[in-house]
Amino acid sequence: MKVYLVLPLVAFALAACEREDREYRANPMTAESQEKIALVPLSAGPSGPTEYRSGLGKEYEENAFHISQGQRFYTWFNCNGCHANGGGGSGPALMDDRWIYGGQIENIVQTIREGRPNGMPSFRRKIPDDQIWEIAAYVRSMGRNVPKAAAPGRKDDMSPGPAEQRRPPGQVIDGGQVPPSAQMPQ
Amino acid sequence: MKRLVPLLLIVTLALAGCQGWQSALDAHGPAAHTLANMFWIFVAVLGTVWFLTMAALLLALRRRRPVDADPLVTDPGTEKRMTMTISVAIGLTLVTVITFTGLSYAAQKVLYSHKDGALTLLVTGQQWWWEVTYEDEQPSRVFTTANEIHIPVGEPVLIKLEASDVIHSFWIPNLTGKMDAIPGRQNQIQIQADRPGLYRGQCAEFCGLQHAHMGIVVIADTREDFERWRDHQVSSAIAPNDPERQRGMEIFLSRPCIMCHQVRGTDAGGKVAPDLTHVGSRRTIGAGTLTTTRGNIAAWIVDPHGVKPGVNMPTIQLEPDEVQPLASYLEGLK
Repeated sequence: MKVYLVLPLVAFALAACEREDREYRANPMTAESQEKIALVPLSAGPSGPTEYRSGLGKEYEENAFHISQGQRFYTWFNCNGCHANGGGGSGPALMDDRWIYGGQIENIVQTIREGRPNGMPSFRRKIPDDQIWEIAAYVRSMGRNVPKAAAPGRKDDMSPGPAEQRRPPGQVIDGGQVPPSAQMPQ
Repeated sequence: MKRLVPLLLIVTLALAGCQGWQSALDAHGPAAHTLANMFWIFVAVLGTVWFLTMAALLLALRRRRPVDADPLVTDPGTEKRMTMTISVAIGLTLVTVITFTGLSYAAQKVLYSHKDGALTLLVTGQQWWWEVTYEDEQPSRVFTTANEIHIPVGEPVLIKLEASDVIHSFWIPNLTGKMDAIPGRQNQIQIQADRPGLYRGQCAEFCGLQHAHMGIVVIADTREDFERWRDHQVSSAIAPNDPERQRGMEIFLSRPCIMCHQVRGTDAGGKVAPDLTHVGSRRTIGAGTLTTTRGNIAAWIVDPHGVKPGVNMPTIQLEPDEVQPLASYLEGLK
């Protein structure tokens, strides 16, 4: 009888190990992931635009190690220079629900890799692909679009708000305005 | 006799371990001498106490007692001797403890007193390497290097210790004791080497996955040699003039290397990983993990996680024919 109780407990405990599964050695041969995303529903011809999401994003979004690595790279690579701690500065805010170029992780990866008009530089070949995915996962965690268990806890530095883990679950609204501060001077 | 030979061998080997470039018992500086003296005094006194205790125990065990002795019958003479013995033992214990406390206090006075040094360094512990900044009154003479400290012989050098992520501990056993490097505060420690030489240090506070591969080398030189080294370190990297190294430099500047590493004199200005301006002149790469050779640099670039699993250096996309020029460029940054 007791065995039936213990076994699920052990299974649950072991399942929790997945939360921080650490993959140090990204395979460089698959370095550039081949996600395809569409920013608008328009395309040439009768069929809609083709999209391809490999599911790689889930691996990054639901893994606490990847997200906290992303958090580290976010300051190392000076993302906070323009986006501040997610509240935005000369770049748009990242912790809100508005996503000019889409808020799915694949969209954010593409934004980092390719760059966007009005200031976002392209980091292709400057940041290794797995690190781009990690940063994107962290950016997703700012609006808490990742599971609570995987989102980062309190930072060591001063923080403008509650830790990502304590924020209410967010939603993603595609579209949105380029803020006046990020627009080119007319 | 046959048993004695391996025993002697083991003792010799153990004593030989006291010598070396990373040994607190092979003291080469005033602070380390104080510590080594303390160690030997403690060993001598406590060893004597141990031997006396063991001898007394053996004597007591071997002495036969009359089988039918009545424990309730006491002899005043024996009682008096026992009281005396125990009083003397308690007295000696008190004297030993007080002497040791005094000695420790005196040693700490020596260890934590800072003389005015000609040189001040800022050492920042990071996962898993040491950033070293040589401070100077002239801002143009301030420079940053990593995992290797050069000091002039016979002069006290003040080291300010900081940490950027977790607690580390700075320990050069031949020169001084340990001092923690704690995020958000600054600790200070002074080192001084009496003789020119090479002294290895090690992080002494568990700091994560590669704590064991967080070494640092201290090189004590004469004042002239030290000044020559410093003048060279202050300068920017010299641009390569052979085609292979020029190609290596192009590769370096167009790859993720520049996101973290700095090479003064080029566009690479990252501040979160070791400064590579004169990496070829350092003895080791990866914080004491590998000696600086072209082959090791190539191995480190191609597969950092094979050498030092979990290190923050990522695996990057490189074509096979790009490895050689890149390693050659970095090796040449003397």
